[in-house]
Amino acid sequence: MTFLPKPKLHHPDLQKNALGYTRRDYEGPVSTLCAGCGHDSISAAIVRACFELDIAPHRVAKLSGIGCSSKTPTYFLGASHGFNSVHGRMPSVATGANIANRELIYLGVSGDGDSASIGLGQFAHAMRRGVNMVYIVENNGVYGLTKGQFSATADKGAKSKRGVVNTDEPIDLVGLALQLGATFVARSFSGDKAQLVPLIEAALKHQGAAFIDCISPCVAFNNHEGSTKSFDFVREHNEAVNALDLMLPREEITADYAPGTVELVTQHDGSVLRLRKLHTDYDVHDRVAALTYMQERHAAGEIVTGLLYVDPEPRDLHAALKTCATPLNALDDAALIPGSAALDKLNASLR
Amino acid sequence: MLQQVDRVEGLQRVNDFVVKFANVNGSGSASANALFAKSVLRMGIPATPRNIFPSNIQGLPTWYEVRVSEKGYLGARGGGADLMVQMNPQTWDQDIADIAPGGYLFYDNTKVLPASKFRRDIVVIGVPLTEITNAAYKSTRERQLFKNIVGLGALSMLLDMDPAAIEQLLAEQFKGRDKLIAANVQALHMGRDWVTANLEAPIGLRLKRADAVGDRIFVEGNSAAALGAVYGGATVCAWYPITPSSSLAEAFTRWCQRFRVDKETGTNKFAIVQAEDELASIGMVIGAAWNGARAFTATSGPGISLMQEFIGLAYFAEIPAVIFDVQRAGPSTGMPTRTQQTDILSCAYASHGDTKHVLLFPEDPYECFEFGALAFDLADRLQTPIFVMLELEIGMNDRLCRPFQWDDTRKLDRGKVMTAAELQAGKKFGRYLDVDGDGIPYRTLPGTHPTKGAFFTRGTSKDAMARYSEEGHDYQENMERLLKKHHTARTLVPPAIIRSAPDRAKYGAIYFGTTSPAMAEADEILAEQGITLDLCRVRGFPFGDEVAAFIAAHDHVFVVEQNRDGQLRSLLVNELEIDPKRLGKIVHYDGTPITARFIADAIARRLQPTPVASLREVVS
Ligand SMILES: Cc1ncc(C[n+]2csc(CCOP(=O)(O)OP(=O)(O)O)c2C)c(N)n1
Ligand code: SF4
Ligand SMILES: [Mg+2]
Repeated sequence: MTFLPKPKLHHPDLQKNALGYTRRDYEGPVSTLCAGCGHDSISAAIVRACFELDIAPHRVAKLSGIGCSSKTPTYFLGASHGFNSVHGRMPSVATGANIANRELIYLGVSGDGDSASIGLGQFAHAMRRGVNMVYIVENNGVYGLTKGQFSATADKGAKSKRGVVNTDEPIDLVGLALQLGATFVARSFSGDKAQLVPLIEAALKHQGAAFIDCISPCVAFNNHEGSTKSFDFVREHNEAVNALDLMLPREEITADYAPGTVELVTQHDGSVLRLRKLHTDYDVHDRVAALTYMQERHAAGEIVTGLLYVDPEPRDLHAALKTCATPLNALDDAALIPGSAALDKLNASLR
Repeated sequence: MLQQVDRVEGLQRVNDFVVKFANVNGSGSASANALFAKSVLRMGIPATPRNIFPSNIQGLPTWYEVRVSEKGYLGARGGGADLMVQMNPQTWDQDIADIAPGGYLFYDNTKVLPASKFRRDIVVIGVPLTEITNAAYKSTRERQLFKNIVGLGALSMLLDMDPAAIEQLLAEQFKGRDKLIAANVQALHMGRDWVTANLEAPIGLRLKRADAVGDRIFVEGNSAAALGAVYGGATVCAWYPITPSSSLAEAFTRWCQRFRVDKETGTNKFAIVQAEDELASIGMVIGAAWNGARAFTATSGPGISLMQEFIGLAYFAEIPAVIFDVQRAGPSTGMPTRTQQTDILSCAYASHGDTKHVLLFPEDPYECFEFGALAFDLADRLQTPIFVMLELEIGMNDRLCRPFQWDDTRKLDRGKVMTAAELQAGKKFGRYLDVDGDGIPYRTLPGTHPTKGAFFTRGTSKDAMARYSEEGHDYQENMERLLKKHHTARTLVPPAIIRSAPDRAKYGAIYFGTTSPAMAEADEILAEQGITLDLCRVRGFPFGDEVAAFIAAHDHVFVVEQNRDGQLRSLLVNELEIDPKRLGKIVHYDGTPITARFIADAIARRLQPTPVASLREVVS
């Protein structure tokens, strides 16, 4: 792994978005991950989603735990503040950050070890609190950074590179997110940009806890025969329930598909999710059915992907806390300090 | 006609004794007890109550011990109770044994007890409280409720208390509910009248109006610290319940509801999250503070242990955080409802790697408020965790203290935060650059400027521009700067308070926190024995130069504290490089608050080498 200074050469006719930023403005320093690592594709998808949504890079706060996956926020959105915290605890840091300033976009990146092993509790509680954030788990079934030990999402019967067979049941973060009240739940694959980018976009537009479990093969330690998180295995077993396009309010909404095969879901901010149904009877609004479906298909050996559940009118943590419209970190002394007169009155009541 | 087993000459004392109430938890005794203590204060006599609530004993016993002291001694006195108000049959034997010789027992004698249940050297006062209330009230609820007030009435007669003081408090407590006031006053007089008709009153313990309270207030340290957090501009509280700190977060909730709800919109200018554990609570604090909000958590020793990894991150990544540690006896669950000063080292050096943290040691609720507010300025100024080290002794007990003060011209010190305008104007920003020579760098908040000032916060090593670096010199330079910053903190924490004897003394005593009133009283006891001491009350860590100078100026210095190992002494030895022989360790750690008697005894014996064995003292 080397550190290369990255040339910031802006091609004169590089396409600009509505804010005048080019794709480059959403990138970061060159990644130090292994060549071919699934995580780098997810970083690229994040860059593209933010560019296409015209998000000002500095209005995003990116947070992560520890792991190869958690290192990636260094490699995208170089003009955003980032916080690489401690192993498994990104959710609490993101929760605190979100509470402090409700106006920024919070993007949490984590790994399967980070979120399903050491940080399972924090993951669960962030979901149930409805923290308004995008929470992406870059799921490779192993601890990449510590060299290939099984993580808690490794499938039972999956074989490690050294030939060890995993005997423990896997933790399905999608199932947990559904059960714990996440209001946007999706699964995708780092090798399927066409599916992943719109999902990240829709999640960024979602005003509640948005969770994306993204299978992201580790080429160094978990891409072999016998792994259920390898590129080949995922490609073979991927069953998408729908295909998503995100349409912003400014775009003309078109739906030139056969009736019953397309559903339009309008989110709170006006963005529209255009869902092409690949499994006609799959209902993205039915949390309970989604849970059953996930378990059935997992038992049948499929990896179900797509937008799995969405509540377009979520209530987030700020609604529960009834926090004021002004971000808490912007309240001035006058708003915060009751002053000496109030204190004198209080003193009098304590005698 | 006091009911007595033998004719005993009872103790004769005015405005100087200890009353202990033995109650069943949840019997409504708490408010009557507090009413007693407040009435004494209203009579102008200082009184210090202590709640004693074992965590796991059958019969839910709680005790409320009130030391009445016109001289103003607020520390625990020690020794048995001069008057035991015994209302819990489950703890009868132990309570009878706990009465000082010549002391008084007040109990409900509706049910007759055999003579063997009493002691011969105490004065026994029976008042048939159950009989009186059963005759006067119909419902069980009323009977239970007013029994405490009838009891208080009887007691007030026996102690020669001014009923006006109690009536006034009742009127204030039930303001606007006249019926309730009248009913309570009636119950009060029912007790007084019964005593007048049946007993000799007053007894040898008496309360006489005095003028020794002044304008002082009476409040719990946890509540005061939470109020300090409000005045210090805290907006985010993340916590996980643990005795004895829970009431701090709960008080913050109450203060915020009073002071921080927007009148027009009804929305909150604060956020309080009960986290899933202490790892999450400190994580939320760090996230919020990284993002520019003033944030704190309240916890106790076990919580501090769980927060270790995050505390190291906050130290190394330089993120403000305020941690109120209300100390209890450890390790682990230890004695969760007993007081100690036992997390000094685990907070001073919290986490792995080379770390040192800033600690504040309040002596009473006044300083809990002061330091509670100050901690947020220090956290922002120093960009590091600040620990406010409370103890159960002040955290969960009402304590007489100076009234809270606030200077309206005071501005919150947000520390070195570079603004969008400064960045725009081209001011150089390097997250870990020591531009001012005080070790404190500038930070920027997320979302400040479209193209300038963003940086990546990480627990891994970095260079001064916040770029990842594993170069040895980058790491070392950063660690040296952190040390410099810690050195700067010396000048920002409240200085030690030094009190010199009229003639410079050969010996000194260093102490901190709730040892304060006991130390002051011990000093008087020692002076009477011809032993003079200079006193140094440490209020912050890192230690200021005045602490080193104090030690240097004395032949021998006693370090008085409430833990087994002499943790502050170790910190002094370690940080100021003092010869350990020059610091005498005086420790008290049985879970009860340290007393003047204990300290005076320990120091006197150390200075007059005629050792007398003492059971309670541990001296090395
Ligand atoms: C408290 C703690 N324990 C252990 C580690 C070591 N560690 C670093 S990353 C990691 C696992 C990361 O796995 P995952 O989250 O799946 O990320 P990946 O590298 O696979 O992307 C471990 C165990 C640590 N940094 N902190
Ligand atoms: S070890 Fe695996 S997860 Fe880590 S960078 Fe390499 S391929 Fe990616
Ligand atoms: Mg992994």
